[in-house]
Amino acid sequence: MASEGDRRAGLEVAGRRSRLLEGLRSGGEGRRSVAIALLSTIVFFTVVVVAVTHAPGWPEVKHTFFDGHEFRSTFPDIARAFLLNVKIFCIAEVFILAFALLIAVVRSLPGPVFFPLRAMAIVYTDVFRGVPTILVIALLGYGAPALGLSYIPTSVVFWGIVALVLIYSAYVSEVYRAGIESIHPSQEAAARSLGLSRGQTLRRVIVPQAVRRVIPPLLNDFIGLQKDSALVGTLGAIEAFQQSQIDANASFLFASYIGAALLFIALTIPLARFTDWLVERDRRRRQQGALV
Amino acid sequence: MSDALVVERLHKSFGKHTVLDGIDLTVPEEHVVALIGASGSGKSTLLRCINRLEPIDSGRIALAGEDITRPRNVNSVRRRIGIVFQSYNLFPHMTVLRNVTLAPRDVLGLGKAEAERRALALLGRFGLAERANDYPDRLSGGQQQRVAIVRALAMQPELMLFDEVTSALDPELVAEVLQVIRELAAGGMTMVLATHEMSFARDIADRVCFLDGGRILEEGTPEQIFTAPREPRTQQFLQRVIDAGRM
Repeated sequence: MASEGDRRAGLEVAGRRSRLLEGLRSGGEGRRSVAIALLSTIVFFTVVVVAVTHAPGWPEVKHTFFDGHEFRSTFPDIARAFLLNVKIFCIAEVFILAFALLIAVVRSLPGPVFFPLRAMAIVYTDVFRGVPTILVIALLGYGAPALGLSYIPTSVVFWGIVALVLIYSAYVSEVYRAGIESIHPSQEAAARSLGLSRGQTLRRVIVPQAVRRVIPPLLNDFIGLQKDSALVGTLGAIEAFQQSQIDANASFLFASYIGAALLFIALTIPLARFTDWLVERDRRRRQQGALV
Repeated sequence: MSDALVVERLHKSFGKHTVLDGIDLTVPEEHVVALIGASGSGKSTLLRCINRLEPIDSGRIALAGEDITRPRNVNSVRRRIGIVFQSYNLFPHMTVLRNVTLAPRDVLGLGKAEAERRALALLGRFGLAERANDYPDRLSGGQQQRVAIVRALAMQPELMLFDEVTSALDPELVAEVLQVIRELAAGGMTMVLATHEMSFARDIADRVCFLDGGRILEEGTPEQIFTAPREPRTQQFLQRVIDAGRM
């Protein structure tokens, strides 16, 4: 007879396997749990499909959103426009990663001499985390070109990217800062005791460890940035969402939205799974480290 | 023989709590001084003040005759003093070799090849050559602590400070670390070590200082301190150590 303790331990092990499929693969009960999972999935989706297709407005929704011909004819243009999204978030991400790190380092500078810099960094993160993204994009996208200064660019894509960099750097700098603060002070003591300067210590010892720890939340913010690249469309840049809106306005059909949504999903879901995998790998590695 | 380290009237407090209350300590070249005393008596703080990891409130510190109390460049002072901590503090994201070569390359400006040649020689001397390309978390506590010692030695310091370097180790790993320190002493390294290993202190030290309440209450040869302590507090402390079966 299995003791109470044994069963508890078993439950705990099962509980730790939080991943989607893990529970299905293992043990002698595997086949039975696969069958249960399959059955409940079928029942669940049958209920959803029946509920949706029996809704009073379904025929109209089906016509406007799921028109196959409309989808096929608009998709190539949207895919082309989506390349602008890719360009926007790739360029923005490079600047965000660098700029946010600078902000985080400035905020972690000790001593009264650096108070003004620290204060500026704090005001910056507070302001740009507090204002809605779409507002910053509108303010910069409409405001900056309207200044009529000949030496600054007037492209809305440029200002959209600037707005995204400003907003996301505020978030990402907080992620970096959490990482920097999670490094034990004894690491700094060890580095300084070897004669490394404060800057060398940050560059060689603190930041490399901090960045490694925050890669998953950084990827999370990157996913957010990918989606928010669509907001640049509100300035009139023809990116995927804007293009799908143009198509929808021309045909009064919304299949183009589905196309745009699928394009975003095709990029963000693999990245989300990759992030999960990194977190899981990190967790396992740390557990191993604890055993050694 | 000249004095490697002179500490005079050193005071240090954390807020209202006085940790060091007028320390005077002189360490001649090639001497080994052991600091003993209860936890919280100020041993670690004294070591951290000597290499300026902790700012001091008042007093004077001189390294090889040179006043380092208010150095223009604190980094140039630290490179001359090696310190090894209780918790090893290796850099976990670097291999053993990189841990050892980091400061020689970044601080002393050695080339990669030269720094690695020296590092491998040192690692080899302490039986760690085979672990050069491992990451610290693959090493035992004793190995990690020996790497930490090698990392400090790679800067070719004039003075080594050891801050209870065996306190975090499993008992069976203590000996290998103490052996390294013995070899250094035999090689003529000037050292100050805070330790709970009384028999080791007795073995290795030229002089033993008993710290109590932030002062050096009694100092003398190991023979005198361990067999004929004068101060009642010292007698009390040693009695407790003996009762705990640690001597």
